Amino acid sequence: MNTLLDRLFPAGHDVTIDGLNLAGTAHSATGPVHVIGTRDRAALTSDIALRLSQAVLSAVRDDLASGRARPIVFIASTQGQALSRHEELMCLNGYFAHLARCVDLARRHGHVLVTLIHGEAVSGGFLAFGLLADRICALPCAQVKVMDLRAMARVTRIAPERLEALAQTSPVFAPGAENYWRMGGIHDLWSDGDDWPAQLSRALTEADGSDHRAALGASRGGRTLARAVATRVMAGSTPDA
Amino acid sequence: MSAHAITRRSWFEADARTRIHGLVDAGSFSELCGPHERLTSPHLAVLDLPVAFDDGVVVGEATLDGERILVGAQQGEFNGGSVGEIHGAKLRGLLDRARDTRPAAVLLAIDSGGVRLHEANAGLIAISELMRALLGARAAGVPVYGLIGGSCGAFGGMGIVARLCDGLIMSEEGRLGLSGPEVIETVKGVDEFDSKDRALVWRITGGKIRRTLGEATLLVDDDLGAFRGGAKALLARGAPLRGLAALDADQAALAARAQRHADARDGLDIWRALGLPDAERLAMLDADAFNRIIDRAETA
Amino acid sequence: METFTLDLPSTPANGARALCGVVSSGNLEILVDTGHAPDRCRIDVSTSAQGFRDTWEAVLADAVARHPAGGLVLSINDAGATPAVVSLRLDQVLESLEQAS
Repeated sequence: MNTLLDRLFPAGHDVTIDGLNLAGTAHSATGPVHVIGTRDRAALTSDIALRLSQAVLSAVRDDLASGRARPIVFIASTQGQALSRHEELMCLNGYFAHLARCVDLARRHGHVLVTLIHGEAVSGGFLAFGLLADRICALPCAQVKVMDLRAMARVTRIAPERLEALAQTSPVFAPGAENYWRMGGIHDLWSDGDDWPAQLSRALTEADGSDHRAALGASRGGRTLARAVATRVMAGSTPDA
Repeated sequence: MSAHAITRRSWFEADARTRIHGLVDAGSFSELCGPHERLTSPHLAVLDLPVAFDDGVVVGEATLDGERILVGAQQGEFNGGSVGEIHGAKLRGLLDRARDTRPAAVLLAIDSGGVRLHEANAGLIAISELMRALLGARAAGVPVYGLIGGSCGAFGGMGIVARLCDGLIMSEEGRLGLSGPEVIETVKGVDEFDSKDRALVWRITGGKIRRTLGEATLLVDDDLGAFRGGAKALLARGAPLRGLAALDADQAALAARAQRHADARDGLDIWRALGLPDAERLAMLDADAFNRIIDRAETA
Repeated sequence: METFTLDLPSTPANGARALCGVVSSGNLEILVDTGHAPDRCRIDVSTSAQGFRDTWEAVLADAVARHPAGGLVLSINDAGATPAVVSLRLDQVLESLEQAS
């Protein structure tokens, strides 16, 4: 993790690693930022989610006094939600929703939100915070998915060979950061040779508080219907009478 | 009581349109992007699977006691109410419409296992967009209320969406969670969670334990009229507080709850820890009797 | 999926739009739109059950003979419903049109 932080923030960082959580501040080329996230492909528990939401709330409060909302760089490394009866009983999704509300509060307080996917981002763990940022970037080798193809074949009762063949042409179901990029769910794919601090500066500068992902998916050709359908419902121009 | 029993119409058994008609004022519902527009999923068609003309979700405008509302209902029987590209876009559009047109509320009748695996990436992004749109409607001052009482409950990403709502109405038959019991059993083993033990499943994810923990705002009987009554009650309450102080309070409450029930593995553990009388019998009570016990415990 | 279209004679119906049923295992949905010829009923079937076209034709012909369905287009998404269920849904949706008129 420190290797990653050193490379992202050559001007310095002060990030505390506490178990699978990390939180702190760093200096980007555009100025100081908060850094909040998870590491080591964490299975998100209610405890991890509470630490994340606490870090977001603290960031918002810290910056209220100065009147300068520093950007928040989320580092998402998660294999998804923790699978446990206790966590389900406690309504883990309620903890994730609380975290999502905190992230949204930060956005409305003027914090620019950028997510960097490191290692892996899966399903519920990705929904809880990483996917809510204004700008979502995948680091090299990042895996992004809901479920691997073998499990998907089992649940949908579709032959794995058929899914694998379809995955060659369709970005719609198969794992892969590239697929999410084509669908507008990921804004940028970073490669190893890139200047990461410059890439991060660009992400911080280009992020705005609106959700443009459906338009992005349409323009990249990977998700051609979502924007048009949502717009039709929003505009209400075609009542089905 | 008997008159009520005679007129009772099950929410659990009803389909999405029947639920909407049971919720809103008679004749007031007007559907947006309805089945005649034939917005069917091309992703299911590619896999040679049946499609539905509404892609498993009904959205539109209506009134509730004369007040303009927006309403959406998922069709649990179609692919488990799962969220694909079009399904998700319809719900997202509804919430964007709420942000722009400021109805009195949005009602979401959730009945979904979450992301539709046949279009998993589109579904995951769609749920994220739906989450942002829901938060956008709330920020614009429009309360969003969820209703859960169908066979699929609210799981996966839709379990998160449900908890983003300003209030949740559940029946005992409704279930709310993140990972379904079958998933946990498959990965962690039957000793962790026996998905065939239906009573246990309901004690972990059902309406009564959710009402006990405050995750559900109201518990109602499995009846269209009861859900309508619950929706009217939530509308009358007005939107809850928002902002930093409210989220700080939620943070403290969630942390305290996690600590208090750190070892709980069954709804019974929680009911006993709260000192509720005859925890084993709570499962037998109807919604009114159960609500009275929880209300007393909360004020105690 | 197996798809086919039938064009059957029927007495004129009062043109209207309707929907009946849900696409789930052993069930189907029937969408009704207005068509052109007032004495013909067009039916577009999409079914997950392969090789039952003869059965479909018999059930559909029977339904549009019993109910006025001329001038209508019926679109069917089927997930393996039995002929009895298909017949029931056809009765439901066509009777709802008769009652509405």
